[in-house]
Amino acid sequence: MLRRLLPILHVQGMIILVFGLSMLAPLLLAEITKDGAERAYDLAALVTVSVGLLLWLLGHHWRRDLKTRDGILLVVLTWSVLPAFAALPLLFYMPDLSVADAYFEAMSGLTATGATVLSGLDQLPNSINLWRAQLHWIGGLGVIVLVAAVLPLLGVGGRQMLKAEMPTPMKDNKLTPRMAETAKGLWVVYILLTLACIGVLWALGMSFFDAVVHAFSILGLGGFSSHDASLGYFDSVAIEAAVGIFALIAGINFATHFAALRGRTLLSYRHDPEIRWFLGFVLISGVVLALLLWQRDVFLEFPEALRYALFNTVSVATTLGFSTTDYGQWPFFAGLWMMFLCSFSTSAGSTGGGIKMMRAMLLYKQVYRELKKLIHPDAQIPLRLGEQIVPNKIVYAVLAFLFIYVASIVSLSFVLSFTGMDVLTSFSAVVACINNTGPGLGNVGPASTYAVLSDFQTWVCSFAMLLGRLELFTLLVVLTPAFWRR
Amino acid sequence: MKIIILGAGQVGSNLAEHLVREGNDLTVVDLDAEKLANLQERFDLRTICGQASHPSVLRQAGADDADMLVAVTLNDETNMVACKLAGTLFNIPTKIARIRALDYTKHAQLFDAEHFGVDHVIAPEQEITDYLRKLIDYPEALQVVDFGGGRARLVAMKARAGGPLVGHELRDLQKHLPGLDARVAAIFRRDRTIVPEGRTVIQDGDEIFFIAATENIRAVMKEMRRGDKSVRRVMIAGGGNIGQRLASSLEADYEVKLIDRNKKSTERLASSLKKTLVLTGDATDEELLLQENVEDMDVFCALTNDDEDNIMSSLLAKRLGARKVISLINRSTYVDLLQGGEIDIALSPAQATIGPLLTHIRRGDMAVVHSLRRGAAEALEAVVHGDEKASKLVGRRIEQVEMPEGVSIGAVLRGSQVIIAHHDTVIEADDHLILFVPNKRMIPKVEKLFQVGFGFF
Repeated sequence: MLRRLLPILHVQGMIILVFGLSMLAPLLLAEITKDGAERAYDLAALVTVSVGLLLWLLGHHWRRDLKTRDGILLVVLTWSVLPAFAALPLLFYMPDLSVADAYFEAMSGLTATGATVLSGLDQLPNSINLWRAQLHWIGGLGVIVLVAAVLPLLGVGGRQMLKAEMPTPMKDNKLTPRMAETAKGLWVVYILLTLACIGVLWALGMSFFDAVVHAFSILGLGGFSSHDASLGYFDSVAIEAAVGIFALIAGINFATHFAALRGRTLLSYRHDPEIRWFLGFVLISGVVLALLLWQRDVFLEFPEALRYALFNTVSVATTLGFSTTDYGQWPFFAGLWMMFLCSFSTSAGSTGGGIKMMRAMLLYKQVYRELKKLIHPDAQIPLRLGEQIVPNKIVYAVLAFLFIYVASIVSLSFVLSFTGMDVLTSFSAVVACINNTGPGLGNVGPASTYAVLSDFQTWVCSFAMLLGRLELFTLLVVLTPAFWRR
Repeated sequence: MKIIILGAGQVGSNLAEHLVREGNDLTVVDLDAEKLANLQERFDLRTICGQASHPSVLRQAGADDADMLVAVTLNDETNMVACKLAGTLFNIPTKIARIRALDYTKHAQLFDAEHFGVDHVIAPEQEITDYLRKLIDYPEALQVVDFGGGRARLVAMKARAGGPLVGHELRDLQKHLPGLDARVAAIFRRDRTIVPEGRTVIQDGDEIFFIAATENIRAVMKEMRRGDKSVRRVMIAGGGNIGQRLASSLEADYEVKLIDRNKKSTERLASSLKKTLVLTGDATDEELLLQENVEDMDVFCALTNDDEDNIMSSLLAKRLGARKVISLINRSTYVDLLQGGEIDIALSPAQATIGPLLTHIRRGDMAVVHSLRRGAAEALEAVVHGDEKASKLVGRRIEQVEMPEGVSIGAVLRGSQVIIAHHDTVIEADDHLILFVPNKRMIPKVEKLFQVGFGFF
């Protein structure tokens, strides 16, 4: 057993090491500004880097190319272990924070969920807020993608790992012949968009620090803010518009951005079959909700209704999770509809969560195909996504995926309500976590935090976030006995 | 003419049959000795067994003094290389190649003299598809052929009682359609030719050939028979090369259903065709046809490789209520047997594709040649050269030209104009004349008419 794990631990050590080095950014900030978190970072970085180094050295002798199974295991390990290290600065800085809460916060950061247990964010040291947003940013595109771009160590099994982490049903879409090139390309796009976002937010009146924190949060479609009032703190239409637009951009497949950047053409956006549905669903829903709110007199003026409805819908549907108002107070339909949107709106290969628009489209088309089959039993009807024909095995995989997705939501909701939570809170918390959105409804609505949860409930939500980020299968397969059989 | 044909497949052997009948020296090259033996038995020609693109094989086939090379093997690359060799090593003046892949044909510069040196590219499948497409666009027609790049068309159709002109004299056409010019080039009544004159009365069942500018075709057709309702639904049996091309050309304008027996090919077809409904099954299966509402089909096309299957499925479709059935039939005996009976149009692929080749074989400057009435008749677009002294045509009125019996000038293409020929139309140099030749025997006389006398040079 150990013999089998050692080569994996070797790579794992390397990943932890790289991750530990990324702590240098908040550490430097803390050291320079002397904001009180210096010691927490010193300690956390030291522990992380030395554990990483230790594992790396330990496994060095047994290193070999990774197999498919190793790759999956490594991804799951990475995603469950890194939050523990990411939680260290929080724990060291706030000794009265429970382990469950710290792990939850870090997991929420890394999976770009944005659900928080902390309040009084405005009083936290800047370095802590930077670290939280930075987790969003790293986790948004993916840790393995980052590692693959930086280090050429992953070898043959690397593609498997990348696939296991990639949020899309069509995993064989290669952008470039070499994996490392793909990873680099994606990161270049990601970094350019982030820089653009920082620039725009800064120009619109945010402080530079706030601009960085929010840009990280937006591009990763996370949702951590450096203010308790989230984006409502700024109360600026221009900022809300910019954030909405960048959230929509981040909700589009990064492969499409990459193709557009490489070919210097906007044509790739036209060929992307998901974009139309994604934008259509989100924007039309926003306008419809605005009409609803206006008609129910939540807002007296239509432009105001449009502003709040559109921003919050875009924010929740893209799984960003910023809020500018407490939409928990809106008519019940509005909140529920936004929760529904966030479960499928974002594109495959984006930084958003949920089952992805691609799967939703495939499901819809599969239903349509079944109906057509009833009329023409002998017809050969291919499932078409844009120009591409989708093989049946992917359709079956998507059907299985949807089943597990629904089953996970139902069973985790039951687990939460079993522990005494009310139905709306438990259901919306699970949906918000598994879709990596952040705020739910009821007691975990946009105006409150997840701090009200008991330790056990917090662990369940952490698990839901991980489940959602790794798109269920990758995590679940590790939990099956067959995976461990030789 | 000394002609080498590379490839003894369907296209190659059909061509060979035609060209031998026209009295050419033919050599056929193929890898399959059996096919060659079969050909040699049926026709008076020479065969060589070997790889068509090898210089030694070409030399053996007599490439050194051949007038024309026709490369119609199944393989585009072989055809192109053979043409290149024929130009480089043997200086054969005319090289024709069949190229199927669109990827090649869309880069026309590939076929330049300094590259592959293909003088003329033929795509038989594409030609049959175009032919079928026109029959579906004009459902009352038996055949529609283009001249002058599509500016003028010749249409063959059956006159039916109920058409405004049926039972009337031809010259009434002017009264019925004032300001619109068309010319009836020939009438076949019970398989005999009638030379059309102003006083000829059109009868029910006449097969009429008329020429008009493309935009006037529909109006003239309405005169000959009551217009059927236009075509909306098309069913195609057979998803081979032709079936697929036809479906993809039709699917934007019609509701198309395509049936093929092979599951593999239906999968492929379904993925390449966007709107066509692709069905897996047997087109001779009554259940399937009924289930897919064959009775509502405006046109049913049987386009498989198998003559018997095509005949049976189109007979079945007709019986079950399809309005018009078209069947692709390779064997010329079958075609003669079936045309005009239960099956509305029996189409021989060779007929549809021989035209472009004939263009090169004819003497005189022929721009377009179309074979009509299963090869018995021909329509030509011939270019007039020379001046009044050297040419028998230039400067003369049409009534002054001594045409062989039955041959008529239907229209004159001058620049971008389409002029319907009348007795007093004066022919000029560089005009393109559209001629209808009711009988092939007259072809040499027509050719002579267009050759310029020696005095001109």
